[in-house]
Amino acid sequence: MLDKVGIAKRIAKEIKDGYYVNLGIGIPTLVANYIPMGMNVVLQSENGLLGMGPFPFEGEEDADLINAGKQTITTVPGSSFFDSAMSFGMIRSRKVDLTILGAMEVADNGDIANWKIPGKMVKGMGGAMDLVASAKNIIVAMQHVNKANESKLLTQCTLPLTGVKCVKKIVTELAVLDVTPEGFKLLERAPGISVEQIKNATEGKLIIEGEIPEMKIE
Amino acid sequence: MNKIVANADEALKDVMDNATIMLGGFGLCGIPENSIAALVKKGVKGLTCISNNAGVDDFGIGLMLKTRQVKKMISSYVGENAEFERQLLSGELEVELIPQGTLATRCLAAGYGMPAIFTPAGVGTEVAIGKETRKFMVDGAEKEFLMEMAFDADFAIVKAWKGDAHGNLIFRETARNFNPMMAMAGKITIAEVEELVPAGELDPDQIHTPGIYVHRIFKGEKYEKRIEQRTVRKK
Repeated sequence: MLDKVGIAKRIAKEIKDGYYVNLGIGIPTLVANYIPMGMNVVLQSENGLLGMGPFPFEGEEDADLINAGKQTITTVPGSSFFDSAMSFGMIRSRKVDLTILGAMEVADNGDIANWKIPGKMVKGMGGAMDLVASAKNIIVAMQHVNKANESKLLTQCTLPLTGVKCVKKIVTELAVLDVTPEGFKLLERAPGISVEQIKNATEGKLIIEGEIPEMKIE
Repeated sequence: MNKIVANADEALKDVMDNATIMLGGFGLCGIPENSIAALVKKGVKGLTCISNNAGVDDFGIGLMLKTRQVKKMISSYVGENAEFERQLLSGELEVELIPQGTLATRCLAAGYGMPAIFTPAGVGTEVAIGKETRKFMVDGAEKEFLMEMAFDADFAIVKAWKGDAHGNLIFRETARNFNPMMAMAGKITIAEVEELVPAGELDPDQIHTPGIYVHRIFKGEKYEKRIEQRTVRKK
């Protein structure tokens, strides 16, 4: 089974040289730490920055320089600032190659729910609805099952939707899956996890073809 | 052309109860903190505030929530505020949550003189309820869009890094965020700046917001520029 870092490391392998990538809050943010050295990737922060760098050194924090999670950050050479309308303009016009975000539920048709739990304080969708409605490639980092061991990969989302038919790939603590027109297609197993365990943890339609390899993570 | 006013109190003199005001900023970054302090002092009530976030308990728009001056918030994310949550759950405060890009683009539409925009954000979700939709061809496939209306705000209150007597504005780093679009969108736009200079001292090529959009400008008395999440690494 993968921990959060393992999920982040596996997702990092999906990033290609020359990509512009938007990382959501939580596990997706960790992905930045595992992009292979020498690969040219530009991170977009939807509050108005292309070329997000690591956290600043102690004492060098700048209140004017934050990411979408409101954390102090730095820029890397070649970065640029812009306003929020342009930021979502480049998202909507599909200039951003890859969006990585978290989810509470995903359905086997690619629907995603990640912003609201009825009866609980609703904080808002932030930029998530814009991102999922427009991104050309969306990878979701999520837990396969909830604390009660119930599947979060479903036939139909039970929570209010963030977007419809948009998720392309899912990486969980148990597996890597593609979302296809036929349902969730199992691609890889997490180390030590059997196909049977993934089957039991997946409520939505699961396609298993041939031998499923174990994922390779350094 | 001199748009300079003495201070926040003078800039906000005609903000009345029940006004709709836009407030720039993302989290606590690039918020018009001097204007917010002046609005608290002024005590205007029943405000509808359009702002990406609602501040924290003791800073930003959170200060106006504490004094119950806000009737309605229109935001994309309101996470970090216990008083906000209390007022929302007790029904004292009305909240309209909208996607962040929709918020930005509805400001942009107002500033560009366009009555509405079409966006895919929220299609198939509860955000789409009651809204007109329309299908367009995108990359060879039919895709559904929501029609979202340009904002209609009495005042836009923004914060810039530098400004001049004509109201030309330059923003700094990610403190730019919603400020330029909101500056374009207010019937009356008030800009507070860290540095205020005579006309001619800013390089015209570097101006982000042309002064035509700005009605009043003043130098903020002091800037705390509070950091919401101080994340660092060791040297």
